[in-house]
Formats: sequence, C-alpha cells, structure tokens
Amino acid sequence: MFKLRCDGVEIVVAEGTSVAAALLGAGVSRFRSSVTGEARGPLCGMGVCMECRVTIDGVGHRLACQTMCRAGMEIMTT
Amino acid sequence: MKFDVAILGAGPAGLAAARAAGRRSASVALIDDNVTAGGQIWRGAPRIAVPTGVRFFPQTRVFDLRPGFMLLTESHGAMEASRLILATGARELLLPFPGWTVPGVFGAGGLQALVKSGLPVGGKRVMVAGSGPLLVAVAAALRTAGARVVGITEQVPLGRIVPFLAKYPAKLPQAFALRARLLGVPYWTGTWPVRFDEGMVTLSGGRTVAVDYLACGFGLVPNTEAAQLLGCRLDGGFVAVDSRQETSVAGVYCAGEPTGIGGLDKALEDGERAGAAATGQAVNPSRGAFVRDLAAAFHLDPRLFDLAEPSTVVCRCEDVALGTLRPYREWREAKLMTRCGMGPCQGRICGPITNCLLGWSAESVRRPLVPVAAELLSKDVLQP
Ligand SMILES: Cc1cc2nc3c(=O)[nH]c(=O)nc-3n(C[C@H](O)[C@H](O)[C@H](O)COP(=O)(O)OP(=O)(O)OC[C@H]3O[C@@H](n4cnc5c(N)ncnc54)[C@H](O)[C@@H]3O)c2cc1C
Ligand code: FES
Repeated sequence: MFKLRCDGVEIVVAEGTSVAAALLGAGVSRFRSSVTGEARGPLCGMGVCMECRVTIDGVGHRLACQTMCRAGMEIMTT
Repeated sequence: MKFDVAILGAGPAGLAAARAAGRRSASVALIDDNVTAGGQIWRGAPRIAVPTGVRFFPQTRVFDLRPGFMLLTESHGAMEASRLILATGARELLLPFPGWTVPGVFGAGGLQALVKSGLPVGGKRVMVAGSGPLLVAVAAALRTAGARVVGITEQVPLGRIVPFLAKYPAKLPQAFALRARLLGVPYWTGTWPVRFDEGMVTLSGGRTVAVDYLACGFGLVPNTEAAQLLGCRLDGGFVAVDSRQETSVAGVYCAGEPTGIGGLDKALEDGERAGAAATGQAVNPSRGAFVRDLAAAFHLDPRLFDLAEPSTVVCRCEDVALGTLRPYREWREAKLMTRCGMGPCQGRICGPITNCLLGWSAESVRRPLVPVAAELLSKDVLQP
C-alpha cells in the first residue's frame, strides 16, 4: 500500500491499481468537466473513450484508466 | 528496429499468433498499449505466456502504420516489419439513453476492466445491462469481487438465446458454470435500461431499480482502424481475410475480433493460423459459423435506437446532442457543422452510435490513430 493525492486529498492504494480505479474507489466520480460543463467519469475502462482524462503530476489529459498509480502522485480532476 | 513479423495487440489472438510465429521465426515483435499482455479477457493474467524469443513491447501505442511495413509508436519510435499481424481486438458498443453520460454509468466490459485494475466493488449495487454473452461473464466476475448484482438485463428475448445455446453445446458447461455463480440474480430478457437518473435505473416495462453503478454494453465493435490505415478491405464492417487470415494487402494478416466477433476460442484459432501463415507454416482451416450465429442471436432490437431524446448527448467529446445531428444526412457534413466525432476519441464511441441511430457510415480513418504529442508528428522519421 502507498499514498497519493487527488485534488489535495490523500488516498491510500494497493500496488497494481490504475488511477481510475483508485479515484473511483475513493469516491471521486467527476473526473473532468465536458465542454459544456457536465460531470464525466470513466466509461470504457480501456483507453478508448477519453472520458477519464485527469492531470497527473502537472501533465494534462492523461488517461486515468491506462495509468498505474505510483507513490506520491499528484492527481487533479479537471 | 526491424523484425520479420510484428504483431499488433497482445490479447488472446496476438498471443496465439506470437506462439505460432515464434515456432519458426527468429525475430517477432509483440506490441500492446497495456501494461501487461492478455488483452481484454485476460487483462494482466494471460493464459498464454509471451513466448521466449518474442520481443514484447508493453505500454506501446501504435499511432500510425505505413506500407512496407512501418509502425509508429510514441515510446519506441518507428518499428519495421516484413509481415504484420493485426490483432487489435474490439471495443464495446455503447448506446445513448437519457442519463448515459452521468458518472456511474460504465460499459459492461468497461466496469469489469476497472475492477480488474483494482476498483473495489464490495457491497456496491450494480446492474449489468445491454446484450451478449459478455454480460453474464461480467456479472459473475463482479459478484466474485463482492458486488451486489441487482440484475442482468439482456435485450434479446429468451426465445432466441435458448436455440443458440442448444446449437453450441460445447459452450453450455461454461454458461451453466457462470449461471451457478449468479444464483439469485434476476436475468431479465427482452429488457433494457431506458433512463438513468440519480442512481435509479428505469427499465423498459417500467420497473425501477436503485444502483450504485450501471454497467451497460450492447456488444462489441471491431477495432478495424489499423487495418483501414493500411488499405485492407472491409466486408460488412469487419476486416476481410482469406482462409490463412491474410487481408487484401499482401503480408498483412488479421486475427481475433476485427475479422468477426467470436470471443476467446475464435481469437485463439485465428491467431494460431495468422502466426503460422505469416511464417510459412501449414495452416488449419477455420470452422466458422459461430460468428454468424452469435451475431444473429444477439441482433439488436431497433427500439434501442430510439432511447435517446433530442437533448441526449451522442458525441461525448464535443457534447453534441441527437437533436443537433438530426438535420444532417451524413457524418461528414455533421462533423464539419457540429464537431461530432472531432474530439479526442476520434469518433470511436459516437461513430458506431450514429451508424445505429442515423444510419451514417464512418468515413476513412484519420491519422494519427490516437492523439499524440505534436512534436512526435513533426519528427523527420514520422513524416508521411
Ligand atoms: C472491455 C471489454 C472487456 C471484455 N471482457 C471479457 C471477459 O471478461 N470475458 C470474455 O470472454 N470476453 C471479454 N471480452 C471480449 C473479448 O473481446 C474477447 O473475448 C477476446 O479478448 C478477444 O481477443 P482479441 O485478441 O481478439 O482482442 P483483445 O483481447 O481485445 O486484444 C487486443 C489488444 O490490442 C491492443 N491494441 C489495439 N490497438 C492497439 C494500438 N493501436 N496500439 C497498441 N495496442 C493496441 C489492445 O490494447 C488489446 O490489448 C471483453 C471485451 C471488451 C471490449
Ligand atoms: S475510461 Fe475510457 S479512456 Fe479511460
């Protein structure tokens, strides 16, 4: 188990967890706002729909479902 | 980097191809965008190991393919191969209904993939909905992971599923084993979700069910884009192949879901044939009626295409609603005027939807296949 942060809140995750799974597991459902401001979250789980985009360690538009958690990661929903 | 054979996709089809090609050829590359081999069904726990001698490139997204053959990747630059095996799998068909964009609504395989990548679902109320054999597999897996599966809704009436199963007795033990893991879970056939609102699913027929997650997928759409970039001929939306899995482009083979949705066994057989054919070995003929029978049994009820309201978003990247699209006759025009399909998913989700709802057919595939950093596209080697 290790720690990372999402929007400043600490989350504890197990090894081998994707960012999407970690956020959903921590109760985050809104990953991004759509172009008209609707809440959106993961849909396809396999890197196709692009609905799970978040900012990871300052890099925008990262796919949460295709990115594995690492200790100390800073994630921002967008 | 240069190889005799490059295999794109490390799902069951790609792994079977690697095993077959590895028997003969010294230089085989196996490329996949995921962290581990296994594809959708074995995600992270492949039942065929990457053969020794085959070079596996995980987390490597191919964003363009060129004749000759060249594969362009973000992490390893350009890779060359004399022969190419495309084993790119499928994605889910997701259909719009009021509420389908609300967080908490996933694809069926989509939620399963998230659970396999560590999402805890213990105690969560989940409805699995849509169509196809995948629903039962997903529901069983969710239950094993501790979810409270409140029901499975399958759009096909029971009267069409029973004869299908009867024709394929070899699949029965698997079907019964899955069903046994789902004791007490209602299986509503001829039923589908019509609305999702504040954690409440409304089903056709009027029943409402409270859920934490709705996992809803209406079958699979083949990933044919890589083959299309190389100019391979399609037939009825699938990559056309001969009895050796070779496409209309000499030296390009295709295996698994892109040549016809048929699940694990078919993917393994295709992959074996493609790997053998690409390395000059003898090939066993395919025994293929299953793909046709599966498609016929799980044919979609046209009423599913009437669930979206004028205000329901169809293109999730650009938030284009159905009502905005109605005035247009074809996708190209709608794209220019509304930006439908122009967002980062490049129409992978809304393309099949506009095909079902509006009868539009997707136009030619755009390069790059996936959004990539601009500086990659400007590098010399990657110029067209
Ligand atoms: C989300 C989802 C979940 C599923 N879950 C199950 C299940 O639990 N049980 C079941 O029986 N069936 C499941 N299926 C059905 C599944 O499609 C088949 O049973 C089987 O996995 C098909 O094997 P395949 O090798 O043809 O394709 P896949 O297993 O899909 O493998 C294709 C691989 O190619 C990779 N790929 C594609 N394009 C590129 C590219 N441009 N660059 C790099 N890599 C690329 C993909 O990431 C993937 O790993 C699922 C399907 C989906 C879409
Ligand atoms: S959930 Fe679809 S791309 Fe991540």
